[in-house]
Amino acid sequence: MTRRMKITLGAIAAVALSTAAIASEASPDAVEFTDDGVAVSLTGVAGDPAAGAEAFKSRKLGNCLACHANTDMSKELFHGDVGPSLDGVASRWEEPMLRAIVVNSKAVFTDETVMPGFYSLNVGQHVAKDFVGKTILTAQQVEDVVAYLGTLKE
Amino acid sequence: MKRLLIAGVVMAAAFAGSGPVWADPVDDTLEIDGTPIITRAKAPEGHPFDEVYSGWLFREAETRDAERDSIENPGMIAVEDGEVLWNKVEGTAGKSCASCHGDAAESMKGIGASFPKWDADSNKPINVELQINKCRTEQMGAEPLAFNKGGQQELTSYIKHQSLGMPVQIDLTQGDMQAWWEKGKDLYYTRTGQLNLACASCHEVAMGKYIRADHLSQGQVNGFPTYRLKSGLTSLHQRFRGCIRDTRAEQPKAFSDELMALETYVTWRGTGLSVETPSVRQ
Ligand code: HEC
Ligand code: HEC
Repeated sequence: MTRRMKITLGAIAAVALSTAAIASEASPDAVEFTDDGVAVSLTGVAGDPAAGAEAFKSRKLGNCLACHANTDMSKELFHGDVGPSLDGVASRWEEPMLRAIVVNSKAVFTDETVMPGFYSLNVGQHVAKDFVGKTILTAQQVEDVVAYLGTLKE
Repeated sequence: MKRLLIAGVVMAAAFAGSGPVWADPVDDTLEIDGTPIITRAKAPEGHPFDEVYSGWLFREAETRDAERDSIENPGMIAVEDGEVLWNKVEGTAGKSCASCHGDAAESMKGIGASFPKWDADSNKPINVELQINKCRTEQMGAEPLAFNKGGQQELTSYIKHQSLGMPVQIDLTQGDMQAWWEKGKDLYYTRTGQLNLACASCHEVAMGKYIRADHLSQGQVNGFPTYRLKSGLTSLHQRFRGCIRDTRAEQPKAFSDELMALETYVTWRGTGLSVETPSVRQ
């Protein structure tokens, strides 16, 4: 009895969640790339630059500092230089292109780029169990990071 | 642009309280207890680089100094422990390594510079760890050592240390070594995991760059087992597994065909570099 109730409740919750997802979120395979990048927000919810700064810093999320220096975050220890400095990046790229780079840099640069695709299921072999079918960032985290990048003006 | 990046790194290092750091392999020479160590060598034919570099050239001055002085080198304790194991009788045959091989300084000289080599019995390449196990099971009547257990790293360190300074040169003409080399090469360029990175992404394309606090070297194997200041004595397959885990991929088992192929190929990539075992790294 209790067991059945749990299952029903669980199922309802799952349906509710996936409906919400379908209503507002582009799945990684459905993101539309044009010559200008990805013009449409992945979620329809405006990105939050403060949340984006956190996702950018966090080693568990974007870990963007692993490869990019960013003077705006000079208080953080150790900035990598595998990629270019992101100082003034919003003066070099419009928002759609920044979104495209974060979603799937390989669609913007070349397949050879070292930068991972943060909202892409086009990944490497033998993905660890915990990450199978998952993107590095959620759609909203991508929007947040893009909003943060938008603040990095010359 | 380059200057800006370097300034950023120096600033970050200043916050951490450590000295200045450089983006290229340093201009420094290594001699350990009077033995000259080759840390730069002309790459073998068909190599993606013109010159191969020891990972030592990418470490900070204090780390380099720790390897230079074998009293300072914390990895030397493993070598001493390995010597005890070399002389220890184990198994039903009542023998130690020394019973058959005598003085390791004589009999093991060159082993660390020439393994992995072809093993006709198993029809695969064999490395020092697996050779130890082969001797234990076939000659000593002892159990094989499990990965990283029972002194495996210490004994391997002791054996490889007997080749200190000798340039790495493996023989790819034996058996099917060339086919294993090819397989290892494929793996080296195969992107794995959610982060979609190959060995080459970090150790070839981004060599000399900083990935967060780590100065990316060519990922050479000439110093293994290595003493990592962060985590202590580290075996080669442990390092391979760690790098693969960092791409968010499943890790192949130690001594699996994948990692033996990778060991064969990556050892070749360091042809001409001296054996540094036990090296000191970050
Ligand atoms: C493993 C390395 C790596 C990581 C991690 C990484 N990037 Fe990159 N990124 C690169 C490289 C390399 C390039 C340059 C493109 C190329 O040459 O392939 C680049 C380019 C960029 C550019 C274009 C910069 C310009 O001036 O043209 C932006 C924007 C960017 N990355 C943002 C990010 C953000 C945001 C994150 C984290 C969510 C991130 N990157 C994480 C390696 C990385
Ligand atoms: C995400 C980046 C990354 C990838 C991918 C990667 N490594 Fe590494 N590797 C590192 C870092 C960082 C270090 C420590 C600094 C150094 O020595 O380069 C390291 C160190 C090593 C070392 C030790 C070098 C020494 O001097 O002690 C070896 C060997 C190595 N890697 C081999 C590999 C192999 C083989 C692969 C692929 C299976 C691989 N790495 C993939 C980042 C990476």
